Amino acid sequence: MQWWETYTTWEALVARCRALLLDMTFPTVRAWKQQSPGRRVVGCFPVYTPQEILAAAGALPVSLFGGRGQMEIDHADSRIQSFVCSIARSTLELGLAGHLDWMDGFVVPSICDVARNLSGVWQHNFNGGPQGPGKSHRVFYLHLPQNVDSPAADTYYRGELQRLSHWLAELTGEPVTDGALRAAIGLANYNRELLSELYTRRAARPEQWPASHVYAVASVGSVLPRAKHNALLARALALGEKNPPPRRDFVRVALCGAFCEQPPLELLDALEEAGCAVVDDDLGIGARFFPAPVACDGDPLTTLAGAYLHKTVLTPVNNPGRRSRSADLLRRCKDKAIQGVVFASPKFCEPALYDAVLLKRAVEAAGLPTLEFEYEEKMSVFESVRMQAETFVESILFFS
Amino acid sequence: MSRYQYQDVGRELQKTMLGNWYRRLENAPRNGTPVAYLFISGNICELLRLFGFEVVFPEVNALQCGIKKVAGEFILKAEDLGYSSDVCGYVKNDIGLATSGNRGPFGTLPRPDLLVCNYAGCNTYIKWFEALAEHFGARLFLLDVPYRRMGETQRREDVDYVVAQLEQLAGVCAEMTGRAFDLARLSAMLEDSRRAEDLWVRILQSAQRRPSPFDAFFEAVFFMAPIYVLRGTAECVEYYQAAWKEIEERIAHRIGPVSQERFRVVLEGPPPWPHFRSFWELFKHWGVCCVASTYSKVGGIWDFGLRHDPARPLESLGEYALNCYTNWDWTLRRQMLERYVRDYHADALVIHSVKSCRAFSVGQADVREYFSKSLGVPTLFLESDLADPRYFAEAQIRNRIDAFFEALEHRRLAGARPQA
Repeated sequence: MQWWETYTTWEALVARCRALLLDMTFPTVRAWKQQSPGRRVVGCFPVYTPQEILAAAGALPVSLFGGRGQMEIDHADSRIQSFVCSIARSTLELGLAGHLDWMDGFVVPSICDVARNLSGVWQHNFNGGPQGPGKSHRVFYLHLPQNVDSPAADTYYRGELQRLSHWLAELTGEPVTDGALRAAIGLANYNRELLSELYTRRAARPEQWPASHVYAVASVGSVLPRAKHNALLARALALGEKNPPPRRDFVRVALCGAFCEQPPLELLDALEEAGCAVVDDDLGIGARFFPAPVACDGDPLTTLAGAYLHKTVLTPVNNPGRRSRSADLLRRCKDKAIQGVVFASPKFCEPALYDAVLLKRAVEAAGLPTLEFEYEEKMSVFESVRMQAETFVESILFFS
Repeated sequence: MSRYQYQDVGRELQKTMLGNWYRRLENAPRNGTPVAYLFISGNICELLRLFGFEVVFPEVNALQCGIKKVAGEFILKAEDLGYSSDVCGYVKNDIGLATSGNRGPFGTLPRPDLLVCNYAGCNTYIKWFEALAEHFGARLFLLDVPYRRMGETQRREDVDYVVAQLEQLAGVCAEMTGRAFDLARLSAMLEDSRRAEDLWVRILQSAQRRPSPFDAFFEAVFFMAPIYVLRGTAECVEYYQAAWKEIEERIAHRIGPVSQERFRVVLEGPPPWPHFRSFWELFKHWGVCCVASTYSKVGGIWDFGLRHDPARPLESLGEYALNCYTNWDWTLRRQMLERYVRDYHADALVIHSVKSCRAFSVGQADVREYFSKSLGVPTLFLESDLADPRYFAEAQIRNRIDAFFEALEHRRLAGARPQA
């Protein structure tokens, strides 16, 4: 029996998922490795890594989201300055403090200036660097093309995925076969389908599917093999359906800005307690990067490359090409009957902070109210955000 | 009358050239000249000039605003529009400028017809031009330039990818201007680029001498302007011919940027433009000469052999775009710094870490650890900003500089090996 099958209520399952997310000893990852010590674990920095390729090479992909507020920054302070986002500093801290001793490889996608340079700091410290052989693991820097409308990008990115496959084959000793890759794509498609069902139910009945609860069962997939997360999600959907909804006043909001560094769970709780029913968000968006299934036929690397270039959700760190982030957000607001947009940006996150200016302008021009604040991993006082959110909710409920 | 014939030519001539260039930009709308905006790092200005575009470099405008002490007002204006205090000061300076009628201390800038975001080592570039594209309603072309990574040698597929996009960009330029893509003329322009690059490298490498005739940071910021802004023109070549004469004369007469060279340092990071002169004075006071710097490679790295090549026009433009300083990963950057310390006989490494530019600064603290602890090179770490005057705490910076060079001098006098 798997551990999630032992939980018989939605609250109990959510509580266990929350505990796992905050557990910086990564028990599920260690357990996976202990079952067969020769297997490899590959950490992935946000926002998006084609984890299907990692799985096809026999590795366990683990999405790293920093210290989730559980780490004191000690060792990393001497290597990354204080004006850099929490997630870069606390992820490095996890490594330097020895919490990632299970990691055999690290993939850093080209999402921003900080991530790009972090790959070099990581390479220096962990690939035969000053941390010594006990903490050594290899780093792969993945270039995600930005000129998405150029035909050259398809060719280039397929080549990049091929290079990732070769790197993984060297790391795990297992070549990435088309068959294994198609199977991994199938599992990932099913995972996204289950997540989509969870989010659809939340949008339809947000009082029954609170955002912080949905987030916990969705995000725990970052430390589980995809097949296990699929089984957990199936159980979560069944348990959540039986969860009786409380009666309360709320406004339907979209939450924008949390695509990389994740806010403290208490922040989501505070928003909901203030009356914000989050029916659309970009939390842990990498797991939901493709709204439609990725094709399982044809050359799988070409398919994955095409999906990244043309069929993703839009975030501040992947280029929209001919599409528009503002139009996309306004469409989602309309489809989900959203009454206001909350721009929550991680402190020092330039991509989120730049986009918030343009998106806020577009949302307000469309007549929707907005709320804006910044958060940090180590944030521990939520009263100010709660008060701002209450005022925001009341202004919509009673005055607009 | 001065006994010297060429002194100050390098600084004065570039001032005149940049003044003339800004006047041409101001007149572009009146003359019906199309205008493209482009970033400095790995810029492909020759290709745009081939189609008759006048080229605007927003970073140069931002540094001009910084050094002329008006950046603070523009930055505050952008913050009023919703930009965070934690994002790049160059971007905010430019947004403030664009929303003030595009009028700065250099005159009025023309609106862009085309924005070419040469994404080279800076994701902020993309965000910057997305905002300008929305403000001006201008067409945006994103030239995707992959990072030079993990110390690998130049990858063929990276060059091919950039070249394919340059061909695409040439098509966009031809469509917008009605001009044909003249490869022979581009080659001729690149011959001028190569000639200027040869001379510029000669100037940079002159700093290996003792005493150095040239400050490769504080003076280089002036001497490098023509090669980044006006490369591919005859006037740019003539500038470096004149500037080299100045350096030759300095060598002949043992003239240097400081009256007595006491310390030779390698400087990593950009200058604090709003406080440029006072920052320089803090070093001059100790007889410090910067013999090599990374900021002077921010637009392109030629001192290890890279050149524009008239025989391989698009390919060499692509190679150039890939090889600017912030597009190198930290393995390559560390190797470069180590080489500079060794080849230029430096006594210390100075790191100026700026909040605005994470592409520069994230990783610098790790470099400090490596140089001071693993290599035993005395390393001074300073923090402020390249654009925002609010981040320059002169008293603190002075204290750190004084303490560092005092210690270096003391250990030198005591005959001990300097330690950080």
